[in-house]
Amino acid sequence: MNNKKKRNIICTAVLAVIVLILINFANDNLDAYIVRILNLCAIYTIIGLSMNLINGFTGLFSLGQAGFMAIGAYSVAVFNLPLDMRSSVFYMVPMNPIIANIHLDFVPALLLGGVLAGLAAFLIGAPVLRLRGDYLAIATLGFSEIIRILLTNWQSVTNGALGINKIPDNANNMWWSFGVAIIVIILIALLIKSSYGRAFKAIREDDIAAEAMGINLFKHKVMSFVIGGFFAGIGGGLYASLLGTVDPKQFYFTLTYNFLLIIVLGGMGSISGTIIASFIVTGGLELLRYFDEPLTVAGYELTMFRAGFSMVIYSVLLMVIVLFFRNGIMGRTELSWDRFFNFFAKIKTRFSPKAAKEDGTK
Amino acid sequence: MHLINGLGSFAMTIELFLQNLANAIAVGSLYALIAVGYTMVYGILRLINFAHGDIFMMAAYFIFFGIAVYHLPWYFACIFTILFTALLGMLIERVAYRPLREAPKDSVLVSAIGVSFLLENLATYIFTGMPQAFPDIMGMMSPVKIGSVSIQKVSLVVPFVLVISMAILLFVINKTKWGMAMRAVSKDYEIARVMGININLVIAATFGIGSSLAAIGVIFWGMKYPQVSPLMGVMPGLKCFVAAVIGGIGNIKGAVLGGFILGIIEIMLVAFMPPLTGYRDAFAFVLLILILLVKPTGLIGEKTTEKV
Repeated sequence: MNNKKKRNIICTAVLAVIVLILINFANDNLDAYIVRILNLCAIYTIIGLSMNLINGFTGLFSLGQAGFMAIGAYSVAVFNLPLDMRSSVFYMVPMNPIIANIHLDFVPALLLGGVLAGLAAFLIGAPVLRLRGDYLAIATLGFSEIIRILLTNWQSVTNGALGINKIPDNANNMWWSFGVAIIVIILIALLIKSSYGRAFKAIREDDIAAEAMGINLFKHKVMSFVIGGFFAGIGGGLYASLLGTVDPKQFYFTLTYNFLLIIVLGGMGSISGTIIASFIVTGGLELLRYFDEPLTVAGYELTMFRAGFSMVIYSVLLMVIVLFFRNGIMGRTELSWDRFFNFFAKIKTRFSPKAAKEDGTK
Repeated sequence: MHLINGLGSFAMTIELFLQNLANAIAVGSLYALIAVGYTMVYGILRLINFAHGDIFMMAAYFIFFGIAVYHLPWYFACIFTILFTALLGMLIERVAYRPLREAPKDSVLVSAIGVSFLLENLATYIFTGMPQAFPDIMGMMSPVKIGSVSIQKVSLVVPFVLVISMAILLFVINKTKWGMAMRAVSKDYEIARVMGININLVIAATFGIGSSLAAIGVIFWGMKYPQVSPLMGVMPGLKCFVAAVIGGIGNIKGAVLGGFILGIIEIMLVAFMPPLTGYRDAFAFVLLILILLVKPTGLIGEKTTEKV
């Protein structure tokens, strides 16, 4: 094992300990509002990664993330809802007797949500993944709308437009959301490094060439789609548990645009970019809320600041990023310790004249 | 007695059928008008103009402001709306699509989604989310009785509007120099450029024409569904894209055909199977997925193979 490798492992271990300490500290000491936003950041990271796996790494332009999330969210909502609360939540139409007495703990409900979302991804993916680019975008967007319309109309299971509230808030604990996020990050990083991940990237670069090299296009596309759907379902389950309430309107397809912004900002095809962008976008959305409040500067009330202004800024930002910073923060590269130390080494040479001189004579 | 009752209900069914048919043809014509905008842009740029539905929504606000707020005579308001909407379409192309002409397709798609999102948010911000009442032009919202069937006047007018617009459009595309340039650009954009066609101008004109058709559509759509709101363009936009795909995207006649198929099936399904009413909006997407499975090029689309 060479020195660099050893250094990297030590650094990773130190970072992991620091992160765990920070999570522990934040969980116990920060106020509930900030913890909630941090949890949302972690959940957005999970869903952003799932979308990046499909869109960024495999190059399939899918807009179905809101639908997968909805499936995950509703399976947690339906199965994790305590039995004694069900009649008060389903007061319009009683719950379907088949599922009325099935109660699952949080983890099984979450996994079930992921599996159901993955299954939905398979069912929809098998027919539509043969389509290219923009057709796929519309078909997956249509799929997420179909899910939403089903949820609105299937009253005996989903409580229709009323939604389900009183979901136990397990995910409002940083160990849950960050724990799952870290597991998902590791799993996706391993997947990308494996031969499957390389096949995904080959398909993204040129699917005809990839096929000529013996990669089974259909199998790998469906696989990426199903794994992406699974993780989006898990993220959706955490989201439901964090909010404590779900209703079909939350899963309107514009929800997918949040994750689109995250992967475009972070870089299509970069895990670390997605993580960074999730925190920026989620935190930014919270900060942007201030633009919706009336603002008085030097005695004048600025009429610009009123409800809706934050969303205008948000969509302008999306446009600016696409038009001028198409590669996002990370492009297709990842943060790594080598890059980190190289960066510092470069700064060092720039600021010490002796090193610069040596560098120049080489 | 039984027989008479049976005949009576049969007559009722015929009446109901005719009423729904008129309605379906009207809705189909409106879908067709919007779908043509999609198909023209797709034919030239190979791009789904996600913002098309929102351009449609902005046109509704233009006409609302023209008539209900500034009290212009309706014909001026309509002309201004068509003009402004065409300008808006060209502006969007200039700002959001032209800089990305050489960029990967995904970026253009994200940009299109961004424009659509921006227009929706801008409309919510400027006009507030409160739905406004669409103005009644020449009393077209009132019903007219033909025999025992009562139909909104606007539903009778719409098919004629479609026929006239299509006649003009097909004339422009097939018989004029501009139309020839458009066909050339959609056939092969690089070669068209080499042949000395100013492709930027042609693309801008395409966006202008597509947007003005959406504006014509919204004048009648508004009288049929008299509500103006920032999200009113989303569903028609998505459905008309589906219509364009059903007919074969890139093909103008296909878009009209697809619009009619979608409109007729949608209205008839809801009329004769009321329990499905809640699923009305999902229906278009199911149809889309089915069509893409069976005949991805659409009913009368050209077959294209992927080139290496």
